[in-house]
Amino acid sequence: MSEWRYWLNEQRGTLTGLAIFLVMFSVYVANHPAGFTANVVHTAANKGVLLAFVAMAQALVVITAGIDLSVGMILVLTNCLASWIVVGAAVPTTLGVVAVLATGTICGAINGALVIYGRLQPIVATIATGAVYFGLGLLLRPFPGGSVNEDLADALTGRLFGVIPSSLVALAAVVLIIWLPFRKSVAGRAAFAAGSSEPAAFMSGVPIRRGKFAAYLLSGLLAGMGGLFLTFFTYTGEAAYASGSAYTLWSIAAVVLGGVSLYGGRGSAVGAIFGAFAARTTGDMLFAFDVDPLWQPLLQGIVLMIAVSIGSLALLRVRNRLDWFQ
Amino acid sequence: MSETSESRLSVKARLPALLRRADPAVLTAFGCILLLLLLGSLYSSNFLSPDYLLQQLKVASFLGVVSAGMMIVILLGHIDLSVPWVMTMGAMMACAAAGFGATGAFVAIPVGVLCGMALGLLNGFGVAYLRIPSMIVTLASNVVAQGLMVVYTGGFSPQDSAPPAIRWLATGTLVPGVPNAILVWLAVSAAMVFLLARTAFGRAVYGIGNSERAAFLSGVGTRRVVMIAFILSGALSAFGGVLLAGYASKAAQAMGDAYLLPSIAAVVLGGTSILGGRGSYLGTVAGVILITLLQSILSVMQMPEAGRQIVYGIVIIVMLLLYGRAPPSR
Repeated sequence: MSEWRYWLNEQRGTLTGLAIFLVMFSVYVANHPAGFTANVVHTAANKGVLLAFVAMAQALVVITAGIDLSVGMILVLTNCLASWIVVGAAVPTTLGVVAVLATGTICGAINGALVIYGRLQPIVATIATGAVYFGLGLLLRPFPGGSVNEDLADALTGRLFGVIPSSLVALAAVVLIIWLPFRKSVAGRAAFAAGSSEPAAFMSGVPIRRGKFAAYLLSGLLAGMGGLFLTFFTYTGEAAYASGSAYTLWSIAAVVLGGVSLYGGRGSAVGAIFGAFAARTTGDMLFAFDVDPLWQPLLQGIVLMIAVSIGSLALLRVRNRLDWFQ
Repeated sequence: MSETSESRLSVKARLPALLRRADPAVLTAFGCILLLLLLGSLYSSNFLSPDYLLQQLKVASFLGVVSAGMMIVILLGHIDLSVPWVMTMGAMMACAAAGFGATGAFVAIPVGVLCGMALGLLNGFGVAYLRIPSMIVTLASNVVAQGLMVVYTGGFSPQDSAPPAIRWLATGTLVPGVPNAILVWLAVSAAMVFLLARTAFGRAVYGIGNSERAAFLSGVGTRRVVMIAFILSGALSAFGGVLLAGYASKAAQAMGDAYLLPSIAAVVLGGTSILGGRGSYLGTVAGVILITLLQSILSVMQMPEAGRQIVYGIVIIVMLLLYGRAPPSR
């Protein structure tokens, strides 16, 4: 009887994210001149999937009560790398994909090692590693260019059976293969426990370090997948500082919208995906409502500001003023 | 056991009083500055000439002003990531105000700084009263500032060249041989030292950085202090932007992007704990000079932008690993 209530309580953030996305997407589609067609959904899916990968990456780290300000730069680095090596026949392409994903994972591992074993603050450590990753990306691609295996790119960004966007299928596969097993594993539970209360987790004999390290590692892998998909969408690699920091920024917004607590221990990567799609829809909505493009960055900033202020509603429930200071 | 601690004490006791009291991090930073100068002088003999050193100090003063604001916020255990566009906004608004005739030129600098304070108020309110993590509020307000500037510059072509007063402040020389920018930095530094060491506000900043809860229970209005700190940071960022506009003689989009990472790095390299509550302003000055010299040497060696980013990142990580680590949790 009460089991589903526990489940509902646990998934509240994710369901809120889903609700926000559904409301925004229906408003968007209702105001879109073409209406609810496969084309509109396809475009929205392809735009959203990129941010969804980065948001999942961010969510994994945020769940451990950390933050990763280098996710956008890992995306840029893997994008630049993929535009060099994901080319040619089937075998070189496969090797290239593996190498790109491995690079992302290594970036995540470096972040994790610095934060967990180096005991550095995640904010500064990841800003610094982000600069390194961006520098490496810029070394690989001083000017935008490169190419990618277009057959693979078209297969992963096209449509299955003419209706379902294959990028969404890929995203669902990643959730099934990476997120769900992680969530159920000892390491995943340890990551949640460490985010919720590290001393308590330690006292209970939870392998905190292993759990947190796994979260950072998978976060790098997911950001690498984002970089790979960016290459599939654009067919080129580009080391743009602005785009890297924008992805980092919107990944945080997506995580907040998706109901992942910034204090750690609560939320899910699935929620972050809904948050990412909701965040992307805000941009599209401004387009559907025919807002002057000049005003779009400002309106997006204001939406972002409101999104991050949502969390402070919890202050209304604080009974003791000492609880302000976590 | 007691013997070793005794001998360590005696080594310490033998040092001159000034060295004994000094923060090892600050000493390391100054040591690195000397090392960089030495390396530079091996590369080119111009490195030790007074002209070159004064030029470096002049370039450092923009970063110095921005880092002063960043330091107050970091001492609280927070961070201000809105520096890039607050700087740009300060510069653009100051140049815009100068477009309105004589009165405009007169109020140009205050207008720029006030805009920075307004954004700082937004940051401070979010952090202190809404209790949103500072990193996130300031990231968002950075986007808001960027959006405001896009709207402002998009519709028409505003005045963007810096008025003579701002140029004089950044590049003129009041005292023969010493650029004004250095004097401005000195003035800001003197104010910072006074603020941090001699006022109740400064004490409260260190107290909150150590434990906001304890500071609150000791009767400090912690929320007000945090908000004022963010306003100061916004004001100093914007002022740094105004000075930079005077140096470059115009305000440009994204002119502040190159200042976020160096300003954080300067504060951290100067031995200020990123967790808050610990650090001296002298260290920040050392950090600023260190970063500026590093930049200068990298550009003299014609290192491309990519290499510079990598070197920055690695230097910051190494310095953090040397003395920025959190205590072991168990």
